[in-house]
Amino acid sequence: MRITLSKGVPIMIELKNISKLYSTKNGEITAVKDVNLTIQQGEIFGIIGYSGAGKSSLIRLLNGLEKPTTGAVVVNGQEISSISGNKLRAARQKISMIFQHFNLLWSRTVEENIAFPLEIAGVKKEARAKKVKELIELVGLSGREKSYPSQLSGGQKQRVGIARALANNPEVLLCDEATSALDPETTDQILDLLLDINKRLGLTIVLITHEMHVIRKICHRVAVMEVGQIVEEGEVLQVFQNPQAPITKNFVMQVSGKKEATQSITQILQNFPTGKIVKLTFIGTKSEQPIISHLIKEFDVEVNIVHGSISHTAKGPYGTLFVQIDGVESSVEKALSFLKSIEIQTEVIEHD
Amino acid sequence: MINQLFPHVDWEKMWAATYETLYMTLISTGITFVLGLAIGILLFLTSPHQLWANKVANFLVGAFVNIFRAIPFIVLIILLIPFTKLLVGTIRGTNAALPALIIGAAPFYARMVLIALREIDKGVIEAAKSMGAKTSTIIWKVLLPESLPALLSGITVTAVALVGYTAMAGTIGAGGLGNLAFIDGFQRSRGDVTLMATIIILVIVFVLQFIGDLITSKTDKR
Repeated sequence: MRITLSKGVPIMIELKNISKLYSTKNGEITAVKDVNLTIQQGEIFGIIGYSGAGKSSLIRLLNGLEKPTTGAVVVNGQEISSISGNKLRAARQKISMIFQHFNLLWSRTVEENIAFPLEIAGVKKEARAKKVKELIELVGLSGREKSYPSQLSGGQKQRVGIARALANNPEVLLCDEATSALDPETTDQILDLLLDINKRLGLTIVLITHEMHVIRKICHRVAVMEVGQIVEEGEVLQVFQNPQAPITKNFVMQVSGKKEATQSITQILQNFPTGKIVKLTFIGTKSEQPIISHLIKEFDVEVNIVHGSISHTAKGPYGTLFVQIDGVESSVEKALSFLKSIEIQTEVIEHD
Repeated sequence: MINQLFPHVDWEKMWAATYETLYMTLISTGITFVLGLAIGILLFLTSPHQLWANKVANFLVGAFVNIFRAIPFIVLIILLIPFTKLLVGTIRGTNAALPALIIGAAPFYARMVLIALREIDKGVIEAAKSMGAKTSTIIWKVLLPESLPALLSGITVTAVALVGYTAMAGTIGAGGLGNLAFIDGFQRSRGDVTLMATIIILVIVFVLQFIGDLITSKTDKR
């Protein structure tokens, strides 16, 4: 497993040899197995996996809603897995959580919902009102203070959830499939809000999801989970560029549109039996340069675009482009060596 | 005109009986509400996967509720005579009916409280826990407000049932409209007295139901 921590940044969360077993009527089920994980302060860390992979159990270990069967969970220097009672309750005020189904109190208005964690923390009424007002502005819900959750859209409900989670100035925000119940557009708005909060407040965010889109858009690092274990971990860009585990490749395909590309490549190969099909992977600023026009101008080749996609990750853009390069063999070779020379990952897909 | 239709009705007696019925119903409903809530919350919290999950406690409370719910009310009154005598000092009059009314109704209401609490979204309780809420905070600020409409419609049903129970208690000397209908109406073959007592009981039931429905819908913000 690659260790990709940045130097000099304090560690916020540490999971050491974590296993979590549940005993059921049909015997023991291992939800989490031998997980080691280090998350740094201010990081947005994503955990992706299909349902049943153990990510739900894993995230609940971080605020003590679940206790590990073996191993230790340390958050901000405090061993969450071994404390209970008042100590655990105090710690939870600094490790807040948002949920897939928002989990708002329907009996309370927006402002009363946001005030709830402040009531729990024993904040005085006036200070509470002031903080609630701030939070409502922060999440963009001004004017909806007196509404009940039933009068809000999904996106607005999650905004209340986020405001509520930020009420006690937490150090860590846990997101339990926070956008899975939202439509794509609302998902993007909520992700932008989370990114904004991360930048503005320096909050460490841990999120679990089954959507690679979420990881791509806001996470710095990602861990891929399968049957209770972490099978791959690393910088998001790195994982996108060079996925190792089969399940990771599947997830990356979710957003790179490679499935459709494979289909159009087969078609192109049939229609244009000549030339070379090349897959170009762009990372960072290279994806913003006019490479194709340069190719056509400099070399005597024809370039036919088969498929292309570009994604923006939290650490810069990332793109893939499938092109057919046709022409005299020597020109094609020259064009290919040019592509290689400018540090673009190039992969020639052979006719077969 | 009314006096012609109901020639044997002694209105003074009728209003006194109405007052007794209302007195028994309201006092027993109030105490049943508190007692039933406490038992219901206990049942809920001790059930599996809940905050105080405890098989033994849950079984004991559950057994208590089921036993008292299973005993027919008229039998319960008789069984409780020694207890009532000890508690109230007499077995006659409206106050003497209260122990039986409450012990008969509280387990019934406790079951409804349990059903109401089970309807609460588990995620909301989890969210409160994740904020660092104590169990008492969860009870007062999550469980009760989030199940309030169901708790109120449950107490309305219980109050209506209690009106019926007071009539039964009346037949063994607790007073009230049931007593009047039985002694003056049935035993003296005065059908008009029985009819008038029935009409008043119906009015009480309708008013209770109306008020209950109104409050229930006012509190429901879902």
